[in-house]
Amino acid sequence: MAETKPRTLFDKVWDAHVVEQLPDGTCVLYIDRHLVHEVTSPQAFEGLRMAGRKVRRPDATIAVADHNIPTMGRANGIQEEDSRIQVETLERNVAEFGVPYFPILSPEQGIVHIIGPEQGISLPGMTIVCGDSHTSTHGAMGSLAFGIGTSEVEHVLATQTLLQKPAKNMLVRVEGTLGAGCTAKDIVLAIIGKIGTAGGTGHVIEFAGSAIRALDMAGRMTVCNMSIEAGARAGMIAPDETTFEYVRGKPFAPKGEALDRAIAWWRTLPADPGAHYDTVVELDAAAIAPMVTWGTNPEAVVPVTGTVPNPADVADEAKRAQLARMVEYMGLTPGQKMTDLKIDVVFIGSCTNGRIEDIRAAAAVAKGRRVAPGVRAMIVPGSGIVKQLAEAEGIDRILIDAGFEWREPGCSMCLGMNPDKLTPGQRCASTSNRNFEGRQGPGGRTHLVSPAMAAAAAVTGRLADVRELA
Amino acid sequence: MDAFTKLTGVAAPLPMANVDTDKIIPARFLKTIKRTGLGVHLFDTLRYDADGKERPEFVLNQGPYRKAEILIAHENFGCGSSREHAPWALLDFGIRCVIAPDFADIFHNNTFKNGILPIRLPREICDQLMEDAKQGDNARLTVDLAEQVVVRPNGEKIRFEIDSFRKHLLLNGLDDIGQTLQHAPSIDSYESKQKAEKSWMPGISV
Ligand code: SF4
Repeated sequence: MAETKPRTLFDKVWDAHVVEQLPDGTCVLYIDRHLVHEVTSPQAFEGLRMAGRKVRRPDATIAVADHNIPTMGRANGIQEEDSRIQVETLERNVAEFGVPYFPILSPEQGIVHIIGPEQGISLPGMTIVCGDSHTSTHGAMGSLAFGIGTSEVEHVLATQTLLQKPAKNMLVRVEGTLGAGCTAKDIVLAIIGKIGTAGGTGHVIEFAGSAIRALDMAGRMTVCNMSIEAGARAGMIAPDETTFEYVRGKPFAPKGEALDRAIAWWRTLPADPGAHYDTVVELDAAAIAPMVTWGTNPEAVVPVTGTVPNPADVADEAKRAQLARMVEYMGLTPGQKMTDLKIDVVFIGSCTNGRIEDIRAAAAVAKGRRVAPGVRAMIVPGSGIVKQLAEAEGIDRILIDAGFEWREPGCSMCLGMNPDKLTPGQRCASTSNRNFEGRQGPGGRTHLVSPAMAAAAAVTGRLADVRELA
Repeated sequence: MDAFTKLTGVAAPLPMANVDTDKIIPARFLKTIKRTGLGVHLFDTLRYDADGKERPEFVLNQGPYRKAEILIAHENFGCGSSREHAPWALLDFGIRCVIAPDFADIFHNNTFKNGILPIRLPREICDQLMEDAKQGDNARLTVDLAEQVVVRPNGEKIRFEIDSFRKHLLLNGLDDIGQTLQHAPSIDSYESKQKAEKSWMPGISV
């Protein structure tokens, strides 16, 4: 029956990984790749140890430290004691359980969601999990990739499977051509603005349409990365020639004849004509402007030409209170123009926008300009490989000459677990994915933007429309 | 994991939507390698001021709610990061049940793994329970998992739905890994089949 019914991309990848279906519909789902980092794994390894269990497939597992590590002077070790203990614990665990690991000082080290695709570890048609919600990033490869909690990390380590029920299918179709100055980040912010932070709950979103097809892999990863901000379990994009070209030559990807066989299977993955989606959302790419969030969840987003909304205009009482709280926390006045907001800090990096393409986009805006007085602007490449590439291209110089800090790879100010934090009241233009209260440091105020928009904010000292800088 | 059968206790009202996991437990407290001890940091920024003093207006700092075992909230509870530190912090504080109109997926999964019962009920009913909860110790709620009911202080029973497999695990305090390992032969045969059919898929070694 599953063979005759037209299936979606998600259905096909799911079906290919069902080990067994239990009577109530729960499936034992096989996991092809498990990415492990220092923050959500210590208790999982401890659980294995206590139960006398082994890691079932070390050869399907890769570990890296990214969340906690300093992005300056790391050769001198980690100064913060609790961060150091977490990283040392990871290193002890991978040694004890035989799990492959990219050490902190190796060029392969980086944010777990950057290095998966970059190393050819994350491939089309795979099931990929990690104890981190932004695992959805890898869905850009045409894989089913989702975040799990620590108990599930332990479950995958021990069994290489998860107990799961299939998600619903949502199709987000973006047709047309993006305007100048608009990027994948603006597409996904516009989508979240439209469907809301819980719009995707219970669903896996497939992003499709000519505007998505036109994106390079970096852009596709940006879009899938933020699926979770719309509440979705995962985001996926059907693999195509762009995907296959990207995979070719990656260190852990299949080569030669093996790659041909893989591609032959990957070509069968896109949805069948007539496949059923539970929910369909359509957007016109041409209508998307550079976006910027004003509030404390990613749904609170407006075009950069927009203004801070007035909570008094909202009928629902709870919603009004929530908006009022956001306006207050963010230190805003209703009706204020977004471009009138002065910026203290600019953060360019994270698993959303820490790839070489993102840094190039920032450098294109920064070239020949200076970071505005009083603004602290930092660039944190997503991996050691990204950093090396940027340095080989000389774009680190452009950015350093413009007054940006050029740092070592990691999550950094995306979540402020390492020393890179906002101080209370500081306003930040950030290329990361979450603008929750205190996310980048207690009391910090985050505005999510694209790399080009972040660079525009850095050089003007305020939120600025990048199209006016061209 | 402790079994969850029946619970009678104080419910704390938290009339907020989109309570994200950064709010439940901010990132700076994730640098632990243990599961316990996070209760004091539950809702840290809402609960304490910048000097670490309790904010008297926050519900968990008030009289009977210091011992709350049930939490009632609005839509999309637990959105954001996958950190299991969120349910660990709730559990360590003493909360065994969260009632809300809906939950973010990963958080919802994570609660079950820690013996916490998440109950989805329509917004109007959550609002009624929220009113009950405002009476603190004068109005305890009972949650009966076997019967799938929440019993209001006035005796009214409200039925809730729950996945039967998860109910079974929770009622018996069963660990998922043990359950899954009963299917080890199927996993073995899946792996051999995959090796043959997807021989292009390389292993990782460094
Ligand atoms: S960069 Fe930010 S969102 Fe991405 S994995 Fe690191 S902390 Fe999470």
